[in-house]
Amino acid sequence: MTNAFTLKGRTGDWEIVLGLEVHAQVASNSKLFSGAAVGFGAGPNEQVSLVDAAMPGMLPVLNKYCVEQAVRTGLGLKAQINLKSRFDRKNYFYPDLPQGYQISQFEFPIVGEGEVIVDRIDGTSFTVRIERLHLEQDAGKSIHDLDPKATYVDLNRSGTALMEIVSKPDMRSPEDAAAYVKKLRAILITLGTCDGDMEKGNLRADVNVSVCRPGDYEKFRETGSFSHLGTRCEIKNVNSYRFIQQAINVEARRQIEILEDGGKVDQETRLYDPTKNETRSMRSKEEAHDYRYFPDPDLLPLVLDPAWVKEIEAGLPELPDAKKARLMADYGLSAYDASVLISDGEVAAFFEEAAKGRDAKLVANWTLNDLLGRLGKDGLEITASPISAADIGALVGLIEDGTISGKIARTVFEHMWDGEGAPAAIVEKHGLVQITDTGAIETAVDALIAANPDKAAAVKEKPQAIGWFVGQVMKETGGKANPAAVNEILKAKLGL
Amino acid sequence: MSELTKLTLKAALDGLKSKSFSSVEITRAHIAAVEAARPLNAFVLETPDKALEMAAAADARIASGDAGRLEGAPLGIKDLFCTKGVRSTACSRILGNFVPEYESTVTANLFDDGAVMLGKLNLDEFAMGSSNETSAFGNVINPWKSASGGNKALTPGGSSGGSAAAVAADLCLGATATDTGGSIRQPAAFTGTVGIKPTYGRCSRWGIVAFASSLDQAGPIAKTVEDAAILLTSMAGHDPRDSTSLDVETPDWAPYVGRSVKGLRIGVPKEYRVDGMPAEIEKLWQDGIDWLKEAGAEIVEVSLPHTKYALPAYYIVAPAEASSNLARYDGMRYGFRAEGGNLTEIYENTRAEGFGQEVKRRILIGTYVLSAGYYDAYYLKAQKVRRRIADDFDQAWQTCDALLTPTAPSAAFALGERNADPIAMYLNDVFTVTTNLAGLPSISVPAGLDSGGLPLGLQVIGRALDEGTVFSVAGALEKAAGFRAKAERWW
Repeated sequence: MTNAFTLKGRTGDWEIVLGLEVHAQVASNSKLFSGAAVGFGAGPNEQVSLVDAAMPGMLPVLNKYCVEQAVRTGLGLKAQINLKSRFDRKNYFYPDLPQGYQISQFEFPIVGEGEVIVDRIDGTSFTVRIERLHLEQDAGKSIHDLDPKATYVDLNRSGTALMEIVSKPDMRSPEDAAAYVKKLRAILITLGTCDGDMEKGNLRADVNVSVCRPGDYEKFRETGSFSHLGTRCEIKNVNSYRFIQQAINVEARRQIEILEDGGKVDQETRLYDPTKNETRSMRSKEEAHDYRYFPDPDLLPLVLDPAWVKEIEAGLPELPDAKKARLMADYGLSAYDASVLISDGEVAAFFEEAAKGRDAKLVANWTLNDLLGRLGKDGLEITASPISAADIGALVGLIEDGTISGKIARTVFEHMWDGEGAPAAIVEKHGLVQITDTGAIETAVDALIAANPDKAAAVKEKPQAIGWFVGQVMKETGGKANPAAVNEILKAKLGL
Repeated sequence: MSELTKLTLKAALDGLKSKSFSSVEITRAHIAAVEAARPLNAFVLETPDKALEMAAAADARIASGDAGRLEGAPLGIKDLFCTKGVRSTACSRILGNFVPEYESTVTANLFDDGAVMLGKLNLDEFAMGSSNETSAFGNVINPWKSASGGNKALTPGGSSGGSAAAVAADLCLGATATDTGGSIRQPAAFTGTVGIKPTYGRCSRWGIVAFASSLDQAGPIAKTVEDAAILLTSMAGHDPRDSTSLDVETPDWAPYVGRSVKGLRIGVPKEYRVDGMPAEIEKLWQDGIDWLKEAGAEIVEVSLPHTKYALPAYYIVAPAEASSNLARYDGMRYGFRAEGGNLTEIYENTRAEGFGQEVKRRILIGTYVLSAGYYDAYYLKAQKVRRRIADDFDQAWQTCDALLTPTAPSAAFALGERNADPIAMYLNDVFTVTTNLAGLPSISVPAGLDSGGLPLGLQVIGRALDEGTVFSVAGALEKAAGFRAKAERWW
């Protein structure tokens, strides 16, 4: 909280205040209030039931599995589970909203206050307070670009269960906002309640941005009064970490310019356009909806059995924060390494598999730096890695027992990436075994000193010049000489 | 007309079972009656071919010994129930020629028990009205005429005017109906028929075009209390597709009719003696009290102090829910659609041309009471009143087992008489809305005639899920009243 991100304006410094509403599609095979299937890739309007299409006389029936996922998520966010909640109707007209209302939870959400501990790249962390999580239906999709005059509607998504996770305005920089979504995503994936697929829109964020002067935010936190903060704008449906950060930057700049020109920011809903890198007003104030929320009379209040909640709690997997603490304690990893590992449950699992019986720090380095770097370059997920966890472990094993040096290991890694098989076989095949035979090294050293008497003499005056000799020996041996042995022999022969 | 149409449902089922006549025969007789009664405008769609097909299938099941509870009995279906493959309109232009691909749970239950469908019955548009005059198909005319009112055409009541008129005119053995604020009971009272609204949640709402979800309940209109009990037994039952459907056993209610009321405590709520109540209604109510006393019941005066707030609360809650329930009629997926230059115009034109005046009035009221800044003052307040009204009844059940009241404040009135004043029209529901707000079972039984020879009804209200007592008390009233009058045929 102390190192708030500052933007320089003409009239002085500005700070930004960010709150996020994350929409996470519940990982469920059927919709929130109908038995229709949920899936990606079905043909238009192929996954629509009579309820989803709002045919006359059709009624919603709550999907218990979706409720369970919301409870699991709430528990994962260390949040209050409300044993009694209620579904309300949010009324508005749009062709992709067949009922003319969205069933949501307005006044009494299923999950109340919780918190998420977010890790920054520098290894520090901060807490984002969760205000609530509620269940609601997604709308269908309007497709405007198939025909110049007509809009097409696909109702496959209509009625799909969403969890809306609302944070308090606890983020102060674009990076922090992205880090929060990253952490939330890791928690959801670990819980299995949302697949976290941002490209398909299964996880997307509405970002509330406002700007204030230094000191104002602290007053807000002290008093809880929003009057200390600037007017916020909500940027709808941002679906990547990069766009979240860009959208915040450009929106904050826009607001600062308005304020510095003596204007005032209108509270409105805006859309981020990544190609133009700008936000645009979605609807003006006059068009603002009065959603006429009221309790959905087709549904009874949702009452949870505390024993059922306990049962769900008992079945929770190890959550990212617990995992981070365990990785640090059990493997002696740094906070940074541990937080990178837990940002994706699959990466952590890969690491733990590879680290079995090996030097954990070395395994962490190879997993995080070499493997993740290489995967990132090719745009691959760890689950699609051409190198198995066992092979990363075996590679580290070869370094540990002195068969190869760290440098040779990089070459072996490249061969592994190309699918040449297990590291031991690669070392064998390419003759990459480290030369620890002191006789061979001594021969090379002797020859080198004999050929360069001037340098041998100079090194006595300037011991750090030994590096040149080491380099030459390594070159002679094709990099296979054990660097420690080379150093030792050189020192002896040069009389250092 | 054939004598077969004059039978009660009970008598017809006995005749079918004993093979005195076939379902095809009694169905043909009713099809002829329906055709002959077109001037009443009770049916908005006649389905004679389907009826005969169903009747033939029923006869086959009777022959093979697989007869259901209602096997072969021809019924009329209110056009608020979605019927698979048969146009279902809620008597609104906005549904156009909508043909559902699904069968409502209630009609499916009836057909599973062997009932035959004669066609779809007229109603006030989306069940919003008390006189059947808001129907897009034009109003139904009450088979009854007043001896003192010249030859004026009278309302059959609403919204289930088609159902009530069809049963009163012997066009069907019984009919489905729905009741949101009195839409079963008031038309029953206006036509000399029996109509029961069961406990909220007894009948599934699945497949019934919604008006006000928390108040809507299906029930039958029938010729006798026993017929109503037989029909309701078939219609009711838990349905997992309706979250408000009650997961309780459905009793066989017919045996409750004729059961003694000796020792039952019958409450008479003093607040139902409203100002300006016609003397004839007062007298009928007193007759009812006397009959039950003679039958051995104990009469107790009770108080339902919040009764006067029921009607205003109802006319907030019902339109609020309706304004949202009717949002789906937007011209996008089915039914009527008007042209327009852009999306907003299509919406506006479709809904302006598709909905009638009364429906628009209620959508406007409902939208207003749910609006930001008004919600607390109207909707929330109305919900609190609703709670108080339910509490009043709970209090009354401490001292009585059922309540007796008039069904409506007047006999059937002339068509056109109350159109101009919506408040006067809404006052029809003053005795009936309370049980919708509290979710209680209530029945209207024909109990006498006014000076013009028009039928008047008495209402019996019971505890939640205690339809049994309601049927017993209604049976006792029916017996004591000895109501035998029928509308004289003029059509």
